[in-house]
Amino acid sequence: MTENGDATPLVRVENVNKSFGALHVLKDINLTVSRGEVVVVIGPSGGGKSTLCRALNRLEAIDSGSIVFDGKPLPAEGRALARLRSDVGMVFQSFNLFAHKTIIDNVTLGPIKVRGVSREQAERRGMELLERVGIASQAHKYPAQLSGGQQQRVAIARALAMEPKMILFDEPTSALDPEMVQEVLDVMIGLARDGMTMVVVTHEMGFARRAANRVVFMSDGQIVEENTPDEFFTNARTDRAKDFLSKILTH
Amino acid sequence: MESLLDFGPLVQEFATILAGFWSTIRLTVMSAVLALVLGTVLVAMRVSPTPVLRSVGTFYVNILRNTPLTLVLLLCALGLSDTLQLTLSRDPGINYYWWAIAGLSAYTAAFVCEALRAGINTVPVGQAEAARAIGLTFTQSLRLIVLPQAFRSVIAPLGSILIALTKNTTIVIVAGYIEASAVMKQMFDDYGGTLPIFLGFAAGYMVLTLPTGFFFGWLARRLAVVR
Ligand SMILES: Nc1ncnc2c1ncn2[C@@H]1O[C@H](COP(=O)(O)OP(=O)(O)OP(=O)(O)O)[C@@H](O)[C@H]1O
Ligand SMILES: [Mg+2]
Repeated sequence: MTENGDATPLVRVENVNKSFGALHVLKDINLTVSRGEVVVVIGPSGGGKSTLCRALNRLEAIDSGSIVFDGKPLPAEGRALARLRSDVGMVFQSFNLFAHKTIIDNVTLGPIKVRGVSREQAERRGMELLERVGIASQAHKYPAQLSGGQQQRVAIARALAMEPKMILFDEPTSALDPEMVQEVLDVMIGLARDGMTMVVVTHEMGFARRAANRVVFMSDGQIVEENTPDEFFTNARTDRAKDFLSKILTH
Repeated sequence: MESLLDFGPLVQEFATILAGFWSTIRLTVMSAVLALVLGTVLVAMRVSPTPVLRSVGTFYVNILRNTPLTLVLLLCALGLSDTLQLTLSRDPGINYYWWAIAGLSAYTAAFVCEALRAGINTVPVGQAEAARAIGLTFTQSLRLIVLPQAFRSVIAPLGSILIALTKNTTIVIVAGYIEASAVMKQMFDDYGGTLPIFLGFAAGYMVLTLPTGFFFGWLARRLAVVR
């Protein structure tokens, strides 16, 4: 939401293609994300949203095209790739907290092992972040002892602990019971207000309207439409978007 | 008939028998530690992104797992030690002791590797993805996230492998090292193959293996990863 003087985009995706065998999942994707921008990716199931999201930190390798992050092409492998990933947070639909580690250890592992921060400092910062997402009192429990909403907030704290330049969210609230969705969205809205660059795959229109600068509509591996949230939800231009919206608006 | 039920030899040779079982324990513990280390290295190779490492790991496991242990130990004792003169110590007893351990752990490592690989398959892919997503390298994510969870899920099978290893030490007799079963064979030669001697040794092995089984069962429950 905040304006940022830096004009170069943080992410530039150009002519990206990706197939799984015969299935062409990303078709000539072009997308830029500016610093501090919040982009919501929306669209029907199987449209390639997750694949695009995962391509941005190279959990999924692309077949052709280029992805430039912070002025540098994504490294293909090895330590350079690990370093890139440490700058791009990721929050998964299924939380993926490390099941054998306590909440605080989940949050401090990256800073200690990747950034080389001392345990003491990492724990102090980790507790601040857990405080921020409202889980500080559960710091010494294990993930399985927390509710889904709490686990997802820990996952956000774990991503924040790396001080990333951008965070990717792949349907962060889809696996949650309805009463837990808002607590996670509130944390995300807070992040957006603080100027975090975010790419969020979600169908939560409330979040898109309140926090997003832009909505990107993906269908069948293509970016079909891009617009401001208000324009997109009230005045979709393409039939595919209108059709999709009519389906999600009915429930 | 009297001699058939005579427990006397067990009493007379008690010190020798204990020494035999002490050798069994030393062989087992030493081989178990080495097999665990080698098995872990092997499973890391088998899941690594490098094709060469994967092939070498797969080749090793398939060869060792499908070769009778007797052959592995004969290869060590006769082939490597005697014929090729690769002696591990100038004292023949110690030399055969180490060759027996080498053979046992090389063989057992293949089974440890396969147990661990099954364990890795129980760890959801999301765990490794989350590890990579915070910037851990492949080795770090294996060491810090995947293997610790894999180990915890295969503690019971690892216990079974340890029990098998304990009993497999009886075969090192072919490698010329004296442990409990070699003592038993010697006693059969000296006193005749009587039931009491046999029962005594069978009980001795159970004293080692039964608690192992119970302990690993308890440990498996205690360390289980809750998801
Ligand atoms: N690893 C994979 N191997 C093979 N096919 C895959 C793989 N991952 C995704 N796909 C396929 O690629 C297509 C796009 O998948 P993707 O997960 O990107 O869609 P999505 O827009 O995120 O859908 P959803 O809303 O269901 O999450 C789907 O048809 C999916 O089945
Ligand atoms: Mg998806």
